[in-house]
Formats: sequence, C-alpha cells, structure tokens
Amino acid sequence: MAANQGTASPPIQQNIIEHPTSTGLDSRKLAMWCFLASDCMFFGSLITAYLVSHNRAAVPPYPQGFFDIPFTSVSAFVLLMSSVAMVLALSGIQKGNMRRFRIWIVSTGLLGLIFLGGQIYEFTEFHHEGLGLDTNLFGSSFYTLTGFHGAHVTVGVIWLFSLFFASFRAPLVTKEKALNVEIAGLYWHFVDIVWIIIFAVVYLIQAG
Amino acid sequence: MATQVTTAGQVVSTEQFAYPKGIWSWLTTVDHKRIGVLYLFTSLTFFLIGGIEALLIRLQLASPNNSFVSADTYNQLFTMHGTTMIFLAVMPLSAAFFNLLVPLMIGARDVAFPRLNAFSYWVFLFGAILINLGWLHGSAPDAGWFAYANLTSSQYSAGQGVDYWVVGVQVLGLSSLASAFNFLVTIINMRAPGMTMMRMPVFIWMTLIVAVLIVMAFPALTVGVTLLMFDRWFDTLFFVPEANGQPLLWQHLFWVFGHPEVYILILPAMGIVSEVLPTFSKKPLFGYTAVVFAGVGIAALGFSVWAHHMFTVGMGPVPNSVFSIATMLIALPTGIKIFNWIGTMWGGDLKFSTPMLMSIGFVSMFIIGGLSGVMHASPPVDSQQQDSYFVVAHFHYVLFGGSIFGLFAGIYYWWPKFFGRLLNEGLGKAQFWLMLIGFNATFFPMHWLGVIGMPRRIYTYEEGLNWDFWNLFTTIGAFVIALAITVFLINAISSFRKEKGAPDDPWDGATLEWATSSPPAPYNFEKVPVVNSNIPLWVEKYPEVYGHEPDFRDMAAPPAEEQETVEHGIEDHHHDDHIHMPNASYWPLVVALGLLLGFAGFIFTFVLTFIGAAVLFVGVYGWALEPAFGEPDHIY
Amino acid sequence: MLRRVPVRLVLFALLTFMIPMILTACAGGVDNPQSTIDPAGAAADEIVDIYSLIWWLAVVVFVLVEGALIFAIFKFRNNKKLINGRPAPVHGNTRLEIIWTMIPAVILAVIAVPTIQGIATLAEQDDDAFQVRVIGNQFFWEFEYPDIVGADGAPLKVTDELHIPVDTRVQITLVSNDVIHSFWVPRLAGKTDAIPGRTNHMWLEAEDVGTYEGQCAEFCGTAHALMRFSVVADTQEDFDDWVATSQSTPSDPVEAGKQIVESVCATCHLVEGTSAQGNIGPELTNFANNDQIAGVLENNEENLRAWLHDPPAVKPGTAMPNLGLSETQIDALVAYLYTLDGSGAQ
Repeated sequence: MAANQGTASPPIQQNIIEHPTSTGLDSRKLAMWCFLASDCMFFGSLITAYLVSHNRAAVPPYPQGFFDIPFTSVSAFVLLMSSVAMVLALSGIQKGNMRRFRIWIVSTGLLGLIFLGGQIYEFTEFHHEGLGLDTNLFGSSFYTLTGFHGAHVTVGVIWLFSLFFASFRAPLVTKEKALNVEIAGLYWHFVDIVWIIIFAVVYLIQAG
Repeated sequence: MATQVTTAGQVVSTEQFAYPKGIWSWLTTVDHKRIGVLYLFTSLTFFLIGGIEALLIRLQLASPNNSFVSADTYNQLFTMHGTTMIFLAVMPLSAAFFNLLVPLMIGARDVAFPRLNAFSYWVFLFGAILINLGWLHGSAPDAGWFAYANLTSSQYSAGQGVDYWVVGVQVLGLSSLASAFNFLVTIINMRAPGMTMMRMPVFIWMTLIVAVLIVMAFPALTVGVTLLMFDRWFDTLFFVPEANGQPLLWQHLFWVFGHPEVYILILPAMGIVSEVLPTFSKKPLFGYTAVVFAGVGIAALGFSVWAHHMFTVGMGPVPNSVFSIATMLIALPTGIKIFNWIGTMWGGDLKFSTPMLMSIGFVSMFIIGGLSGVMHASPPVDSQQQDSYFVVAHFHYVLFGGSIFGLFAGIYYWWPKFFGRLLNEGLGKAQFWLMLIGFNATFFPMHWLGVIGMPRRIYTYEEGLNWDFWNLFTTIGAFVIALAITVFLINAISSFRKEKGAPDDPWDGATLEWATSSPPAPYNFEKVPVVNSNIPLWVEKYPEVYGHEPDFRDMAAPPAEEQETVEHGIEDHHHDDHIHMPNASYWPLVVALGLLLGFAGFIFTFVLTFIGAAVLFVGVYGWALEPAFGEPDHIY
Repeated sequence: MLRRVPVRLVLFALLTFMIPMILTACAGGVDNPQSTIDPAGAAADEIVDIYSLIWWLAVVVFVLVEGALIFAIFKFRNNKKLINGRPAPVHGNTRLEIIWTMIPAVILAVIAVPTIQGIATLAEQDDDAFQVRVIGNQFFWEFEYPDIVGADGAPLKVTDELHIPVDTRVQITLVSNDVIHSFWVPRLAGKTDAIPGRTNHMWLEAEDVGTYEGQCAEFCGTAHALMRFSVVADTQEDFDDWVATSQSTPSDPVEAGKQIVESVCATCHLVEGTSAQGNIGPELTNFANNDQIAGVLENNEENLRAWLHDPPAVKPGTAMPNLGLSETQIDALVAYLYTLDGSGAQ
C-alpha cells in the first residue's frame, strides 16, 4: 500500500520561495500532474489485470450478478459529491474566506470517510458471501484493484484533514498559499475520476 | 528594495555558500552535484559487483561440465548480474549525470525539488542493499532478471531469494519514479531565460525523454511486482495456472515496462555522445532537430513493441506480425541518430581525447547491436535466436557497447565538473583499447554460440556440442574487460591524489556547464545566464564563426519583477537580491528509511512494516512542515 | 601521437570484427549438433532463408556505415579546411535526413515481406499430420502420441527421446505440467514455449534419418541446463518397430523402475552402473542402505511413496519438483530403488 504514498510525497510544502518558472506554472502543480499521469498508468495496469482475470474464476462466486449496484451507486455518488465540496473549499480559500474553506474541506474529508466506510462494509459483506482474496481470480483481482483505490482515498482523506488542521496555524494554509489546497484538489478529483471508471468497468458492466 | 536589483545581477558572497564538511553534511545534502557524486560512487561500486558476478559466470562456463560453482549459485549469479547491471549500475550512473548536469546545462541553481532528489538517492541505495541482502545467507534471487511467473510463485520458488528481488525492485522503482518527476519538472520549468526547448542541449532532451519513459513505464512494473507480492504473501492467484491464473499476464506487464526500460538505459548514453562528438569535432551537432525528434520517436515506438520479447509464447500470427513491423520501425529513428553522429564528425576537426574515443566506440558497437536487433525483429528468425546466446550478444552490444561506452565517455568528459580534476589521458586511452578488444572478444563469439544452439542461462553444457572453444575464448575476453576496468580504477584513484586544478572549460565545450567553475560553487552560476543558442559558449568564444548573437554573459537576467508571475507576487520581499539555496534536510533520509523498513518487513517480519509506516508518517509531516528554502529563522 | 590513433583504430576494428567472423566461417565445416543454420527440415529451412536475407543486408549496411565512420576518422583527423580556426559550422541537411530515413525504410520493407510470409507458414496447423503432444516438466520432457495406443491402453507416452517418422510433417501440441519451458530442436524448427494453463502449437519435419539434439530454452529452475532431449527420425519401418517395442512394457517392475530412473531421474541423480549421471540431487547408487530420504524422512516404503508422490509437500523448498508420477510408476520406482545397495557400482 505504501507504494503510492511514497511517490506522492511531499503532499504539503509551505514556504517555497517562488522562483520564476519557464512555463509560469508552479513546479509543484506540474509535479502533481506528472504524478497523476503516472498514476493513470498504475490504475490502467491494475484495471487491465482485473479485466483479463475476473472472468477466469475457477470456483464460485463469479462476478455476474454478484454486486449490490444500488449500494455502490450511493457510495459512488458520495465520492462525486466530495469533489463538489472540494471545489467549494478551494474557492473558499482563494477568496480568503477561511470559514467556508474549513467547512467544505471537512465535508470533503468526511464524504471520503463515508465512502471508505462503505467500502469496508462492502468488503465484509463479500467476505461473508465467500469471496476472499485467495478464493478465486475474481476475488484476487477485485480486492486488489478496489483496495488500491481505497488506499488512494485514505491518503487523500489524511491529506485533507491535514490541510484543515494546518489552516488554524496562520502561515500554513492561507489565501496566498491556496496552491497547497489546489494541488490536494487535483489529487482528490483524480481519485474520484478513477472511481467512476472502476465503477463502470467493474460493477456496471457485470450488472447486465 | 527594487534599487538592489541591478542589471549586474546578484551579488554573491561565496563564503556564505561554501560546501559544508563532514558525514552529516552528506547525509543531509540536497545539493544536486553532491547527490550526483553519491550516485556516481554507488553505481560504480555496484558496477564492480555486477562485473565480479559476470566473471564468476564466465569462469563456470569456461569449460564443459565445469563445477566451479553449483547450479543454484550460478542461477543466482546470472539473475543478480542482470538485475545489478540494469537497476544498480547503468540506471543510477545515468542518474549521476542527470543530477550533475541538468541544472548546470539549463542554467538553474538546483533541481525543482532538492529534497525529493535526496530522497530518490536514499531510496535507491536502500533498495540496492535490500536486493543484495540475500547473498548474506546464500539465497540471492535466482529466477532471472525478468523473473517469469510462475517460476517465481511460492510453489516453485519457496526460498527467500525471489522475496528479495520482489521487494528490492519495488523500492528501486519508487526511487526511479521520484527522480523522474523531479527531472521532468526541472527541465520543463527551471530553464534559464532564453533557453527554449529547441535550445536545450541534446543530453537534456534525452533526460527529459527518459523521465517521461520512467513516469509512464514504471507503473506497469509496480503493478506486476505488486501482483507477484500478493501471490507470494497473500495467496492471490494472478499467476497460478491451477486456478486459471495466467503466467503470460506477468510477461505482458513486465515487458510493457521492460522495453521502454531498454531505452531508459540507452538514451542517456545517446545524449552524452551527442554532447561529446560535437565538442571534439569542433562542429555543432549535425541535424539537432532530427536527433531530438528521433529520440522522441524511439520513446513513442518503445511503448508499442513490448511483445517482441514474447514471439515464442504462441500469441498467434497476427500479433506477431504487428509487433514485428513496429519493432522494425524503431530502426528508422535509431539509424537517423547514427547517421547524424557520423554527419557531425564529417567535415570536423577531430581530436581523439578519451571521451571522443569512447563515443566513437559507442557508435561503432551500437551499429552492431542495432543490426542484430533487426534480425530478431523477424519472429521466424527470433524463434531460433530467442533465449540463445545470440540474444545475449545482442543486448550486450547495446548495453555495454552502447550504454557503458557512452557512460564512460561521460565520465571522462565531466570528471573535471564533478571533482575539479582531470582523468589521465594515457590511462584513459589504455582503458579504451583494452575495453574495445575485451568487449569484442567477449561478446562477438556469443553471436556464433547462439547460432550453433547454445541457450542462455545454462550453468553447464556437455562436450560434443562444439561450444567449448568459443566459451573459453569469451571467458578470456571477459578478463580483458576486467583489466580495462582496473585501469579505470587506477586512473580514478590517482586523480584524487592530485591537486584540484582542472580548468573550467578543459575541452572547449559549447554548453553552459563549462561556463562555471570546476567543480561549480553550490549556487552553480553567480548570475543566471540568458541563452540565445543551443551552443551558447561557442557563440561567445567564436562570434566570427557562429554569428554575432548577443553574448549570454553580457546580458543580465532581466529584473526579477518581470519574471515573477503575478500569482506569486506576494513573495515580493524575497526578491532576488541574493541567492536562495535549499536548506540541508534529514527528512528525505527519514522518509527513505521508513520505506526501507516498511518493505523489509515483507521479508523479515511485518512488525517492521508497521514501524516503517510510522517512521514514514512522521517523516512526511516533518518534510512537509520544514521550510525548503531560505533562512529558516526569519521565515516565520 | 594523435595522428597514429586512427590507424590503430582501423587495425583493431579489423582485428576485432573480422577475425571472429573469418574463424566463424571456417568453423562451419565442424559438426554442430544444435546449429540453427544447418537445417534438416522444412520449418528450419524457412527460417534460414529469412535469416540469410537479413544477414546479408546487415553485412552490407555494416560495411557501409562502419566504413563511413572509419573514413570520417581518417579524413577529418587533422582538418586543414578551417575558417577562423574552426571547421565550417554545418547544422544539418534536410535532404540527407530524408535520404537516410528512406533507404533503411526500403530495406525494412524488403525484410518485412518474407517475415510475414514466414510467420504465416510456420503458424499453419495441420490436423491430418502426424500428431505429437509434448509435455514440459521440471526437468524432463514427455512425448505423447495421441493416435498410438500404449501398453496400458492410454496413448503411448515416452520420455526424453521423441521418435518421429522421417519426411513426415509432425504437428506438435505443447503443454506444461509446472512452469514455462521452451521446446527447441534447432536443426528442425524454431522454439515454442510450453506454458502451464495454455496450449501452443508448432510443426516440424525431418528430411533425413538421424538424431537431432534439442534443449529446453526457457529458464525453468535449478536443473534447466540439463533439460536436454533428442528427436530421432526413423524410416517408417524402423518407427513401426520402435512403436511395437515401446508398447510392450517390461513385466518386471524393477526393470520398469530402472527405465524411469534412466529417463526422468537421470537429469539430477547419479546411479553408478546406469546411464543416470546427474549431479544436482543426491547420489542414489546405495539408496537401499540409506537411513533417511531427503534428510527428513526415515527410509521406508511408505515414506518413499509419499516423497515420490509430492516432494515439496514433504519438504518445502526442496529442489526436487513434483514429477506427477502415476501409482504404477511409483510401484516400479519403489521396487527398483530398493534393489540399489551399491552392488551395481562394481
């Protein structure tokens, strides 16, 4: 799980003295985009591994009809709403409205936590229904893919709450340092988009 | 404050920026040049270890039915020889040059993220140690450097050897990724004023391409190795045929990484050669644009040819044909590079110093490696050559004849920039000739051994197959290479016994690194240069030849206000009336240590993993809350 | 000093490139039992034709390009045509770039056409051809004839020596019982991998009676180097005789056990006085007098059966793989192994 936390660091950096850059784009923002490009390949490979493995389960349970689509739709919706909250948090800090920033950044984090709770509940349910990591290829590939996404969400939630608490120490998260929030937002939106893809590929395609 | 920003640029107090001394200063350094030195020494050390492994391999194969080492030891030797040379020698040796040269060549004070840079080095060092730990109790990795599933499953590799490989490669991958993000951003964002993309030195272009390749290719390896980790530790079934798992999934994931990796290994050497040949031909690089776009083309095609490593797995005629054609296409940009290098020498005034000899060695040997590569681009021919010594010969012509010759050209060329000392030319030339002879004596006969049916990775062979003579010949050649490397070591060590005193510009170079002292001061340049050409120093030194473009040294950097983007105007009071250098930091080491413990836990005990996670957690916060630049006391 | 360097470069270039090539050419007359360029059948012929085409093109390109490089080294080593002390600053030439992109492209097209044809030819599957099923095991090969009935009523299955009728197209189906292996008889055909959980196909044909050496070409574990086999091409009569002999298994289990030891166990184990001369595993010459099996079990029949049935299950991490032996084979092995009291060594 640490695999991706390592490359994501440092999540927060204060007090960079702003050197002019060749593109005018802040270097940390550019680095985040590079990381996200790399993470695209990471999830691309994981999703590929899922696609070529899940239908080869040697023993039940099989993926067909296995998922609780309404439940997962709700948790996908929760994660989507967290992206909206993230946008509001960023607009709050950019306008210097700390109260709005704090409300929405906490909301984002809490929605993320609800999503994680849903995932834990779902994993437990599936486990009761006989699907373990070592049951069959469906179990192996499903838990690995969604588990790594969950790990990404966990890192994101820790990051969001770190920003929230840091905002109480004056120089750390301020209007002038809104970029720190923007970069966290890039990461958070990316993790949401990845879930939309996973939801479509893993859940919805099997529903039919 | 604006009055202090003069057109003469910044006033520098050199005492304020002297290099600190002592071991602690090296453990906490974030200076790209010092990190480059660390990479250089570490990678040369592992180059020697990998070389010793190669010599042991050759001793075992010197005669048929030999029992110099056991089958198990031999399998560990060839696995670790490949892994070491690729991940612990050639890649970090290239990284040593990235570190030293990228900021110098683009006129920057350091990389974009100096602490991340230190982190990359420490993670690399820890990964390198981790992957070699198996030697201590006689069970080093033994499933080959590409570790084909399902031989690596806990059923068929029950020992710990493969564990070290899995965990070590995972850690090394993180180091490469962190380093690639850093150089990608540095090159895109930190160029001196006036240095457009098409004014960048070709070495910088190749570094940029390598960084993109790492960013896009390593995740496939990370995923492949992760699935293997899960198979081995958590009983998942990805590569277990009994449960319908697919060993071929590993091969696809591995080679989606593995083929771009080949270009990650060769492009830095191509970049070095593209700097050295013009300097010693006293002529600009022929076809700069073509060479740059050929590099881009090689990288792009590099992602569409991975399955040519899998022509014998039974993919079927259509995929084999498609991947065959794609593979052949790579010969076009590669050929363009070679022709342009010869074009650079053509009409020049050649001077055969050691870097030039090494570069010519690179070009001439790489031609052979390229031509044999075209042979196994054809799947029918490949079905005879795959996994035979022909392929061993081919990739050594590319990786040794190519990368190693190119990297030695770089070592001789930039040694004064690293250390302020020149290497001895006489010893350098002796090393070159010994290495050229030894290299060809070792690897050329391997083509023939492959043609007469000798498979790779066999620890012994019978008499009567007619392989005896050329194997012995090859073994002797390997010891000639060892002699050449010994000459290099003598050269390197004796250079440190001399006083510093290399000139700033010993080779009459054309690029910015020669415009500063040897070795450069911590801040690299007293004032940031403004660049008007891709050969800025030659334009300055020979205006009558290269035109009267404004001299980059006479042009001061425009006042800082004009460069600052409005968005960051808030930092006004920090304007560049003096140089901001990154602070030394121990947090990169702490975070790297956390990663090391976390991953080592997979091999030893998961308790370590939890300790490592805690250290990592603390380290990331310490890092994030520590000011990166400027004087920490007056920031808050 | 500097002026002499290029001369030496050329000399060494000649020495290092040409001499091995000449020696290589001379070596062609010697017997190379696993040569890829001494084809003895249609599949290997097809490959050699493509290889020769590419090889000669490569030689031409090699001579031209290295020639240009060496010429440049000579010609421009002390250039007198300088302007202001520097050679003319030529930055490039678009026409040249186009030419040296197009010429290699044409050469590649010349290579691509026969390559694609060759891929198609080698991928043909002929269900009417003589069928053989090749099974890879750590560290031996099994060959099964689906259309020939063996002694036990199942298809005839032999180890390490594949007999085929000469001048007959043989369609091969490849599978593996454990890890990935690669089936390679260089004089008859290129290699194809035997992959667990997957079925691969290839064909070969031998145009002369004789024995053709083969070897596993994909690293498959400790004794990979010893995973050799041979293909024996017989006349139809000889082949029929061989089938008849093979169908009658020895009624004596000791004799049957000895055959298994000499074909399967021989890769790794040594039994003095037999053809089993492996040196990876422990020597078995005196097995009946040993106190222990594999250092972990008391040496008795029950334990020996358990061990032979699945060695890694008894001793995790052992180099001895599960050989997938049948009960009949285990009976025979047990019978034979307990006759080994060292007397065979004399």
